[in-house]
Amino acid sequence: MMTIKFMLNGTEQTIKTDPSRRLLDVLRKDFNLKGSKEGCGEGECGACAILLDGHITNSCCLPLASVHKRSIMTIEGYAKTARFDVLSNSFAEAGAVQCGICTPGMILAAESLLNQNPAPTDAQIRIGISGNLCRCTGYNMIVKAIQSAAKRGEGLW
Amino acid sequence: MKVVNQKIPSIDGKGIMQGKRAFTDDYSEPGSLIVKVLRSPHAFAKITDIDVTQAEALDGVKLVLTHKNVPRKAFTRAGQGYPEPSPHDKFVLDEYVRYVGDEVACVAAIDEETALKACALIDVTYAVLDPVLDFETAYEHHTVIHPETDIHEMFPIGFEPQKNQAASYHMEVGDTEKVLHDSDVVIKHSFYTQAQAHAMMEPHTVNARIDIHGRLVLYAATQTPFHVRRIISQALDVPIQKIRVIKPRVGGGFGGKQGLHGEMLVSLVTLRTGMPAKMVFTRQEVFESSYTRHPMRIDMAIGAQKNGRINAIDCHILSDTGAYGEHALTVFMVAGSKVLPLYNKVDAVRFHGQVVYTNKVSAGAYRGYGAIQGNFALESMIDMLAKKLNLDPIQLREQNMILEGESSPIFEIMGEGTEGTAMNMETCKLPECISRGKTLINWDAIYPYKEIGNDKIKSVGMAIAMQGSGIPYIDMGAATIKLNDAGFYNLTIGATDIGQGSDTILAQIAAETLMTTIDKVIVYSSDTDLTPFDVGAYASSTTYVTGNAVYKCALAMIERMYAAAAKALKVHVDTIDFDGETFTSTDKSHISLVDLSNRITYSEDQEQLTTTSSYYGIKSPPPFMAGFVEIDVDKETGEVDIVHYVSVVDCGVTINPLMARGQVEGAIVQGLGMAMFEEVKYSSKGKMISNDFLSYKIPTCLDVQKMTTEFIDSYEKSGPFGAKSVGEIGIDTPPAALANAISNALNIRINTLPITKEKIIMTLFEKNKKGDHHDEKQ
Repeated sequence: MMTIKFMLNGTEQTIKTDPSRRLLDVLRKDFNLKGSKEGCGEGECGACAILLDGHITNSCCLPLASVHKRSIMTIEGYAKTARFDVLSNSFAEAGAVQCGICTPGMILAAESLLNQNPAPTDAQIRIGISGNLCRCTGYNMIVKAIQSAAKRGEGLW
Repeated sequence: MKVVNQKIPSIDGKGIMQGKRAFTDDYSEPGSLIVKVLRSPHAFAKITDIDVTQAEALDGVKLVLTHKNVPRKAFTRAGQGYPEPSPHDKFVLDEYVRYVGDEVACVAAIDEETALKACALIDVTYAVLDPVLDFETAYEHHTVIHPETDIHEMFPIGFEPQKNQAASYHMEVGDTEKVLHDSDVVIKHSFYTQAQAHAMMEPHTVNARIDIHGRLVLYAATQTPFHVRRIISQALDVPIQKIRVIKPRVGGGFGGKQGLHGEMLVSLVTLRTGMPAKMVFTRQEVFESSYTRHPMRIDMAIGAQKNGRINAIDCHILSDTGAYGEHALTVFMVAGSKVLPLYNKVDAVRFHGQVVYTNKVSAGAYRGYGAIQGNFALESMIDMLAKKLNLDPIQLREQNMILEGESSPIFEIMGEGTEGTAMNMETCKLPECISRGKTLINWDAIYPYKEIGNDKIKSVGMAIAMQGSGIPYIDMGAATIKLNDAGFYNLTIGATDIGQGSDTILAQIAAETLMTTIDKVIVYSSDTDLTPFDVGAYASSTTYVTGNAVYKCALAMIERMYAAAAKALKVHVDTIDFDGETFTSTDKSHISLVDLSNRITYSEDQEQLTTTSSYYGIKSPPPFMAGFVEIDVDKETGEVDIVHYVSVVDCGVTINPLMARGQVEGAIVQGLGMAMFEEVKYSSKGKMISNDFLSYKIPTCLDVQKMTTEFIDSYEKSGPFGAKSVGEIGIDTPPAALANAISNALNIRINTLPITKEKIIMTLFEKNKKGDHHDEKQ
């Protein structure tokens, strides 16, 4: 057991638990945050992605000990931001959501990308989300959604 | 049209993006028992002894199941209508294990750690048997994979388990041998298609609890909730009225969730313990222990005249169903029935072959369902024939392909494991699809190839395809519409949204018919207690079959509302007109829908207006498409870049052009994965070695640079608002289009999928070697 302190969606949390537990399990079980999904459990698909200090990170590979004194943003927290509104509207209008399992991770990957590069090219978007697998859309419509969000959200990133 | 044919975003997309509770595992009960399966390390073995004493004694273990304490009643996990065209060859647990990953025993414990520990404590003694791993030697192999006698077929499908044959079939129109013999040219080639993993992003997931009435309630990530209810009832001998299956949001299926996975074991755990239980497959289990696409060897011969007229097609297929026969016959038949009618002007056509068991993971339903396999062979052959006859491959297609108003005898002969249904093509815009696609891919400027420097060659290739819209006289979908006070509606449907957007497009059909907006139609789907029946999401059924049911249901609701309005206005019903908001009589008296619905709910002539309609197809109008690929291939390394993929589709009117495009593009990329690199691989002992996303690569967004997807103007009279289905058609063309593009670029022909860069290099090497040899001779 270890006491671990971290910021979760803007609120400081302190929990006493086994530090080797995966952040994904802690989010889904202890905090009832179901937005992060387990697609593969081995860091390959990105369905469990969260922002760790603003960087896209797979929560299935993150032992809780490694988030001590760091800041985590999940899709539930991000959904309250103006940037989410722009991204989610663009995703909806572009038809970028099919089954939706990859979508929270994909949106957070887009946030991480736009945060570093507010006006990415098509190729830069593809590299930026290449760690997130989607089996439904063929990606084209996701790339278009991120392009459109970058345009609409000018100044937000 | 105001709602139909509009790009309306999916009705639950926003909630999903916000990360709200939506998927099966999000609904598991807190404190659920964790159900884990001990899986076979052997490709084929008989369990001679199994000792669970230590596992049962472990603190926290609530139940251990083996073949000794579960019901033994053969069933099929296929998830099809009843009676199934798949053999009943599976038991909940069996004394035989038939592939690495097959179920040996099952543990339910208070947490995952305990469950896994208990699995390790089960002491199993196996008599290891000689497995059958090569499907080409499976028939009449000395190893019989299903030696048990208590398995059966539901109707004749050619089931001969003692010969390792799950199914067989033969049909012929005309005298194929003779017509081939009399043709100017005959080409004959064999093609191999591989096992492809579904790799949907949500693993197979199910959870169960007993409700206050003592009924078993399952939440399941399934494409077929009604079939799941029936199959559990039959295999576990639980009265069907004691079972409720709810399908929440599903994270992709592609056919992989048509079949059952953990439902049987989780149900048994909850029934036996009375406790809630859940199972989520690990990604390794999704790969090793669910289903794949059926691998096939396709032997094809085409006879033609020198002028390009195709006289006969002969198609023999050997299909590998793996350890169990889910969809064995029907996938194999679709490789003929949804492929061969493309060239309907032949004098003779034959389709025959068999489906064999092997000691590998079961094959099952998978988007395309045989058509992608058959299409790869036939559409490769057409280009090969064109080359042999020195004709243009597109003109050769145009000269021989099926056209609007025409038919093929195959439609009447070949059905879903039974006889088929004759039909004419009321809509078939293949000529328009081809001509538009040629323009979009810039065919004339590139065909056959262009040197672009740095050892690279640019080329184009194409293929045409057809699929279906449900299974006529079998697939049924139903809908119920309820009018509420304040004038909004509930639409309940059995149809199964697995991410393709059926909830949204069915709401669009209802809203358009009811002349209202989509926000006034509240959708609830796929709950065996609360929604009417539907076969589920498969066979490209939902838009056409359930869509027609929703349309009929909405028309019936309008009729009921007219009658209620006539009563309220005290006029004859024929004098009334309705515009979606107000009922107006020719005498100018009127009542709004809001007032009418409030009136019949609260004040006068009170009644609940509800209509239910169902529909089954009397034909299965095929969607058609032309797929074109532009590639850059490196002739030194074999590296292929997919520069552009153009899809031009005739699926009738698109109910939602955005979602139809999503279906096509998603399928194109899944098809390109199969064409280029996806392959389920086994070790020499039958252990799957491609069992994670590192060893089984699926396309990322870097694998396809550009896609253009267009829909040709088309109106299918028998479909809802002119629509045909569109869920599968997109997957069919990539393998043949890519093979044809590579042939155009490098003058090599690869007949074995996937077409990897290694295969390209090896084939080039062989060709050059032969070329050198040839030169030497000269």
